[in-house]
Amino acid sequence: MILRLSGLEPLNITPEFGFAVIGERTNITGSPKFSKLILAGDFEGALVVARQQVQGGANLLDVNMDEGMIDSEAAMIRFLNLIGSEPEIARIPIVIDSSKWSVIEGGLKCVQGKAVVNSISLKNGEDEFLRQARLIRQYGAAAIVMAFDERGQADNFQRKIDICRRAYDLLAKQAGFPANDIIFDPNILTVATGLEEHRNYGVDFLEATRWIKKNLPGARVSGGVSNISFSFRGNNAVREAMHAAFLFHAIRAGLDMGIVNAGQLAVYEEIEPDLRERVEDVLLNRRDDATECLINFAENVKAKGKTPVADAAWRKEPVEERLKHALVKGIVDHIDADTEEARQKCKRPLDVIEGPLMAGMSVVGDLFGAGKMFLPQVVKSARVMKKAVAYLMPFMEAEKSAGAKPQGRIVMATVKGDVHDIGKNIVGVVLQCNNYDVVDLGVMVPAAKILETAREKKADAIGLSGLITPSLDEMVHVAQEMEREGFRLPLLIGGATTSRAHTAVKIAPHYGASTVHVLDASRAVGVVNSLLNEELKSAFDKKTREEFERLRREHSAKTREKKLLTLEEARVNRTRIDWSGYVPPKPEFLGVRVCAPEKNTIALSDLVPFIDWSPFFHAWELRGRYPAIFDDPKIGKQARELFDDAQGLLNQIVAKNLLIARGVHALWPANSLGDDVDIYADESRSQKLATFYFLRQQMQKPSGQFNHCLADFTFPQSAMSSPAEAGEPQSEDYLGGFAVSIHGADELAEEFKRQHDDYSAIMGKALADRLAEAFAEYLHKQTRIAWGFGRDEQLSHIDLIREKYRGIRPAAGYPACPDHAEKRTLFDLLDAERNAGIKLTESFAMHPGASVSGLYFSHPDAKYFGVGQIGQDQIVDYANRRGEPVAAVEKRLAPNLDYGI
Amino acid sequence: MAANDLHPLERVLRERIVVLDGAMGTMIQHYKLPEAEYRGKRFRDWKGKDLKGSLELLNLTRPLVVEEIHTAYLEAGADVIETNTFSGTTIGLHDFLFQGEPTRGRKDQEFFQRVVDDVDLRALVQEINFEAARISRRAADRVANETGQQRFVGGSMGPLPVAASISPDVNDPAFRAVSFDQLRQTYFDEAKALLEGGVDLLIVETIFDTLNGKAALFAIIDALEETGRSVPLMISGTVIDKSGRNLSGQTVEALLISIAHAQPLILGLNCSLGPDEMEPFVEELARISPYYMSAYPNAGLPDALSPTGFPETPETFAPKVAKWAENGWLNLLGGCCGTTPDHIAALVKLARQFSPRALRTTISYT
Repeated sequence: MILRLSGLEPLNITPEFGFAVIGERTNITGSPKFSKLILAGDFEGALVVARQQVQGGANLLDVNMDEGMIDSEAAMIRFLNLIGSEPEIARIPIVIDSSKWSVIEGGLKCVQGKAVVNSISLKNGEDEFLRQARLIRQYGAAAIVMAFDERGQADNFQRKIDICRRAYDLLAKQAGFPANDIIFDPNILTVATGLEEHRNYGVDFLEATRWIKKNLPGARVSGGVSNISFSFRGNNAVREAMHAAFLFHAIRAGLDMGIVNAGQLAVYEEIEPDLRERVEDVLLNRRDDATECLINFAENVKAKGKTPVADAAWRKEPVEERLKHALVKGIVDHIDADTEEARQKCKRPLDVIEGPLMAGMSVVGDLFGAGKMFLPQVVKSARVMKKAVAYLMPFMEAEKSAGAKPQGRIVMATVKGDVHDIGKNIVGVVLQCNNYDVVDLGVMVPAAKILETAREKKADAIGLSGLITPSLDEMVHVAQEMEREGFRLPLLIGGATTSRAHTAVKIAPHYGASTVHVLDASRAVGVVNSLLNEELKSAFDKKTREEFERLRREHSAKTREKKLLTLEEARVNRTRIDWSGYVPPKPEFLGVRVCAPEKNTIALSDLVPFIDWSPFFHAWELRGRYPAIFDDPKIGKQARELFDDAQGLLNQIVAKNLLIARGVHALWPANSLGDDVDIYADESRSQKLATFYFLRQQMQKPSGQFNHCLADFTFPQSAMSSPAEAGEPQSEDYLGGFAVSIHGADELAEEFKRQHDDYSAIMGKALADRLAEAFAEYLHKQTRIAWGFGRDEQLSHIDLIREKYRGIRPAAGYPACPDHAEKRTLFDLLDAERNAGIKLTESFAMHPGASVSGLYFSHPDAKYFGVGQIGQDQIVDYANRRGEPVAAVEKRLAPNLDYGI
Repeated sequence: MAANDLHPLERVLRERIVVLDGAMGTMIQHYKLPEAEYRGKRFRDWKGKDLKGSLELLNLTRPLVVEEIHTAYLEAGADVIETNTFSGTTIGLHDFLFQGEPTRGRKDQEFFQRVVDDVDLRALVQEINFEAARISRRAADRVANETGQQRFVGGSMGPLPVAASISPDVNDPAFRAVSFDQLRQTYFDEAKALLEGGVDLLIVETIFDTLNGKAALFAIIDALEETGRSVPLMISGTVIDKSGRNLSGQTVEALLISIAHAQPLILGLNCSLGPDEMEPFVEELARISPYYMSAYPNAGLPDALSPTGFPETPETFAPKVAKWAENGWLNLLGGCCGTTPDHIAALVKLARQFSPRALRTTISYT
């Protein structure tokens, strides 16, 4: 006997469920505010009303658009579709409420869950009733059945139960409608109208409810509660008392659900006893003069405004508690005043830090460690902490205090050649929150500088970070230098391309002291505590060394198993593409095109729709896919808050042009020759501009699969009948290239840091990264359009993110083209430094960091792959083709070599 | 209900674990058919877009390829094979077979109305589904005769490239490229032709948007009434990530509730995640579902670096799925994308020894 409904999540109304609240404020006939919003076309505002109902505890959401001034069916469809895009609201089942069948049916076509129709009745006879019931069943919904028949609305007990019995039998016997999906509404009608025949309406409803629950098994009872008090319009105190009292009795009679203002239900016990007595006299028809008594009494009841919920109650707590609250909740509003108050209470300003502030931060640390707080919150807490400390600084200077004694000092840096620092900054903030002194050397820091600073500042540990693959080798270099100079400090390794295995196999063997991989910011504090604590460190070091030893054994076992094809064999098994009859698409322009704001060819607002948000959450260590992440029971709320903050900053960035997008893309005539692709100056293909050199997979492949190389996706020169005869149009293939960048993120972050707002600083950089990726996606689309085949594509946001279009845009330094040096060739061709303002570092990292570059391939069979491990034969061949020493190539491609160097 | 009143498939489901076939698309890809093969004689002079990759068209142009794949699965021991009609709808095939273009800059309901109303396209799609059902029927009946073991043909009704409850435009969350009625119409044509072609059951699978699934179920109810046939239904949702929801955001239990009105014989999960990630959701659904339970995962997520393009080989795949049968969670199992007759043969060998999951009459919410 369960009524099972669903939105995005199930709602199982079991006999033990209790009373289910149907939120009523999204009803245009009942809520003036909602009505005003809909009539003004403000559906976004109307969504806020819906969200408030859900947050107020509604189990179901009643949506009604019956209003003569609007197209109710269109409004119902639009609003339900909008709700469908709001997981927080769509979580609960919808009650589709209309007196018009067409509006109901329009609504049923928009909800994926099992909804409730409100309502159908026998008003227009049995045939129409059954037709509608069968359709509701076919749409997969439950139904509220009004006690209404051909003669009109049932007002007394007998009429109510007669109609309900008749409807119940018809539904079961002739429409195959399950009893569990039937909800009767036996009409809550207005009492205390002064008319004699209305006096028993309350009792009639309660009795009918009792009868239905006893005699019509499976069926449930619902009602629109506010109707009962309609005669006291304008006197909310009395109305709310009537609702609370009537609900109390109706639920006892068996009422399962009701349309009520979720979040504004008064409690029966809290109704003033005199008022309750008189209200119940009316509702239960206990005395003849009940109505007069209540009216007289009501005039004395002042319509007291509800006391607003005291969400500011924490402001009344002692200052220590207020500071803790502000830290845990990340509220900066009162921090200066509270810090000042605490300072006056303490002997020394330092005591404020070591006392209440550290106490608050240790709560934050504990909650974070227990998974009850999430990174964005912790960073917000850090912002509060920093503001408080900044406030105290002048007092401490004045006192010439020796300063707080931190738990330890960590020197951190993004290694030479790399500019990525979001993750490192987060780790820095988290460590600072835990009272570590962090010396952040920034990005592109040479080994000598790191070591020098560590010595000078008497550091207790060194942390290295990096994102691009060459950074891995630079980290090895730093480790070697530390060993050479006799350092004994623990070395922490972190960053997206680093791994425990890599640290164990490649870095740790070069350095005698503790070397540890830190997976993410949440682990940083634990690791550092363990490494710097006298009692813990030797056990921790031993455990790490044992684990690394195991990883090294596993790695060497794994590498022995793999056997590569020779380069020659791999080339024979190249990607099979049937070039005969293939006509490469011809672009509408050749050469370089610049996208710059001053040329009006790009604006930040163009990029926003192309943002893929999932990696944004990953940057904050919230794992999940956008937008489903908002529903995650554990991190959904945080993700939503983070997203809202991001939207706020993004809007500012776009409106005030706080960042600048500059990019360049190009299309060139191109043909492949072996594993390389030659780029020509023009269509005559007589003058070669440059050559891109690619690497080929050498791993063993099962039959039917190929050893890919990017060159395979471009029309080969060998397939051209003869270069002189340009009459073979199908051989004229093209290659594209691009480099895009978002400028200004570092400056923006600095500005925020000056305001002690690390949260916004990190946010700004994370958004710049997203905008750069969006720019790449946007420009790829423009290129596909210019190439012709992209003109008719109809791709949704999701399709774009999943790269469901024709062609690929591999980037140098990524698995299909692991050699970062190819960026140099691309940048020269594009003149990217001048055209997009992007600089390449000596290890080919792009600066500013929020930059993306790559190549465009147009063949429909082109796909992403990973080159994987390659053999010495290919390295030698590749070095020869590039005219470089083998050793230089080996150094760059070290992670791909299947042999040691 | 007495056992002999039951549908023959339900009789088998009560007795033992039933095995479904594996991937059709993966197998067709192995043939590496060029454009000309997809066109065949009939579409040799086709003026529209390239037809390569239009797998369902092969039912008309290369029926023997399709039949050969069916036969391979039947010989591997599959009890149920699925028709080669996963995208066999007017909307599912419009990218290949519909000549019109969007008039308002993007594919919207005006465009899809022309797609679902296109007389030639509808006739072609109906023919494709009818022939697909006939091909499967032929293969199933022949192998049943040869082996003496009953085989069933499931009419595959897959998802569509457009969703009724998801806006493809981030800036316009109320926009829907396609309407429920258009989905109904496109699925109706498919269901009707499959029923006329003689399928034993209909399989609405890979439901990533429940509203699309509900439109298919709505259409099936109409098609059953129109053809006068009565066949059991199998419904299979797909979970897209580790949060256990489909693309339109529903949990597994919400999906179960949303499709219950169609009274399926079998409900389960397929596709997307591989067996490892899918396991908790198979367990959950097995715990709460009152229907026979199915699961046919991918051979893992597509992985260009694995030898087969999918990480799970027959040797790794079969024990994982068979374990669910051993746990008493399943009545029907098989494979989705990336699985081959070898996967199915391995599965048959391992899974058949276990008892099928006992059907629950009441649902547990503990």
